[in-house]
Amino acid sequence: MKRLLATLALLAGLPIAQAAGFDYQLAPRQIAPATWVLEGAREDFSFANGGRIVNTAFVVTDAGVVVIDSGPSRQYGEQTVAAIGRITDKPVIKVWITHHHPDHFLGNQAFARKTLGALARTITDIESDGKGFNENMYRLVGDAMRDTEVVVPTEALTPGTVDIGGHRFELLALDGHTAGDLAVLDHTTGVLFAGDLVFHERTPTTPHATIARWLKSLDMLEALPFKHIVPGHGPAAADAAPIRQTRDYLKWLDGLLTQSAAAGLDMTEVMRLPLPKIFRQLAVIDAEFPRSVSHLYPAAEEAALNDSSPRRKP
Amino acid sequence: MTALPRAAAFCLALWAAQALADADPLDSARWGDMRSQLFAADATVVFDPRVQVTGPLTAEDPKNVPIAVDATALPGVTEVLVFADFNPITKVLAFRPAAARAELAFRIKLQQSSPVRAAARTADGVWHVGGTWVITTGGGCTVPSTGSASPEWQRRLNEVSGRIWSRPDGNRVRLRIIHPMDTGLAASIPAFYIEQLAITDGQQRVLMEIDAFEPVSENPLFTLDLPSTVTDLASVQITGRDNNGNLVNAWVER
Repeated sequence: MKRLLATLALLAGLPIAQAAGFDYQLAPRQIAPATWVLEGAREDFSFANGGRIVNTAFVVTDAGVVVIDSGPSRQYGEQTVAAIGRITDKPVIKVWITHHHPDHFLGNQAFARKTLGALARTITDIESDGKGFNENMYRLVGDAMRDTEVVVPTEALTPGTVDIGGHRFELLALDGHTAGDLAVLDHTTGVLFAGDLVFHERTPTTPHATIARWLKSLDMLEALPFKHIVPGHGPAAADAAPIRQTRDYLKWLDGLLTQSAAAGLDMTEVMRLPLPKIFRQLAVIDAEFPRSVSHLYPAAEEAALNDSSPRRKP
Repeated sequence: MTALPRAAAFCLALWAAQALADADPLDSARWGDMRSQLFAADATVVFDPRVQVTGPLTAEDPKNVPIAVDATALPGVTEVLVFADFNPITKVLAFRPAAARAELAFRIKLQQSSPVRAAARTADGVWHVGGTWVITTGGGCTVPSTGSASPEWQRRLNEVSGRIWSRPDGNRVRLRIIHPMDTGLAASIPAFYIEQLAITDGQQRVLMEIDAFEPVSENPLFTLDLPSTVTDLASVQITGRDNNGNLVNAWVER
């Protein structure tokens, strides 16, 4: 019977969730010297993917392992530690959280508290929003979240370079996807960990976005001397294509919302506008575009409406 | 086939046809309650696909769920009632189109996934019901408004912004009113919401009347369309009041 169930689960393409928990089947892929990426599915949160829609990464330095983002759940964090242990005996000495969205920091429990660092704004936002995010993740991905609790990073990161075990890391304090977006450039390997400032082949998400700021941050990222880029979602690349794709989408979205508000469209009408072919290729755009309209259209509408007067103008 | 089974089959077919006509296309466990609470027992209430309710399949923000109601495919609509079966306060708003088209768009608070329905009454007294399911994580009705905690907002209570657009088939008016629209379901914050609005043209002719209820979103934004027969639309006046007696009175220019 057990074998039958396992076979059925395999046929359904699902990870086999047993009493032991949810198996994320993490298989780190090396993209540069000392640098591994765990690439998530280009999907929405689901019970089947256990929240693994995000990219996390780690760099094995002489002094220990630096982890970029801890993932969506306690089990994801623990399985990351196990995956690192299959590659190196060195301990994890730093875990840098790029921003306060739940898929990026809810694996924190698996790491020593003193290793956890984030921008000051990210720490504040995890303190205020973390619990709500965690509860919502249980609804969205179910049992994969088992025993996950919010652990707030202890170290407030400041922008600048930091040398760790033969790697020179540059920490960049940016914003636009959220109010605090950390990007990390490893000057030693040329790998840029862009967090969710960059999406690739996957529609960007905008629940806390300020598009003008986000576009500024993308310009700064593109000017950096990187050889590889690890986006927050979607495949890593060896050129600036993911940055340009994210910028193109955000500019189009911003322009569409501004024009629609100026033309007097209602929000329900904007959500149903046809999407350009180039963006239809982005994963989950049918779900993500209406969400972005919900997040961003009210401000565009407000800007398009005129103030009234208490009496009729002659 | 003998006469008796034939008669029985005929009765069965009649019964099935009737049951089919009455079956809620949205298959909601609350429809029976909606029918008895919102409509008179002797009223004729039919499901009618000519009444269209448009909303997102999944609502990203349960405090601001965009809904558009379009009953223009029905002739002679006198009144439209909008309600959400599973909301703690089911009645969302009612509008009387008067000179405007029988359509209105707005945003609502949803406490949980629910059908959102519109019942359009035609001149013959018949209610025609259409609707759509909206899925949401919920909580939209029991959280405080942003405005309830903001002194800046209190100074702007009932301020109106808006605009009028010429369109090929007439004019569109969009109106936004600063108001917290508190439902009374958040702890220690009493119900405080706009109850009545009337939109009139330059000749004081009524274009549309709206009765709003607690589930209409904070800072309500209405989109209404006027047929090209309605002229003199350099400006429109919006008047009304909230449940505390504060008045709305503003002119919106093109």
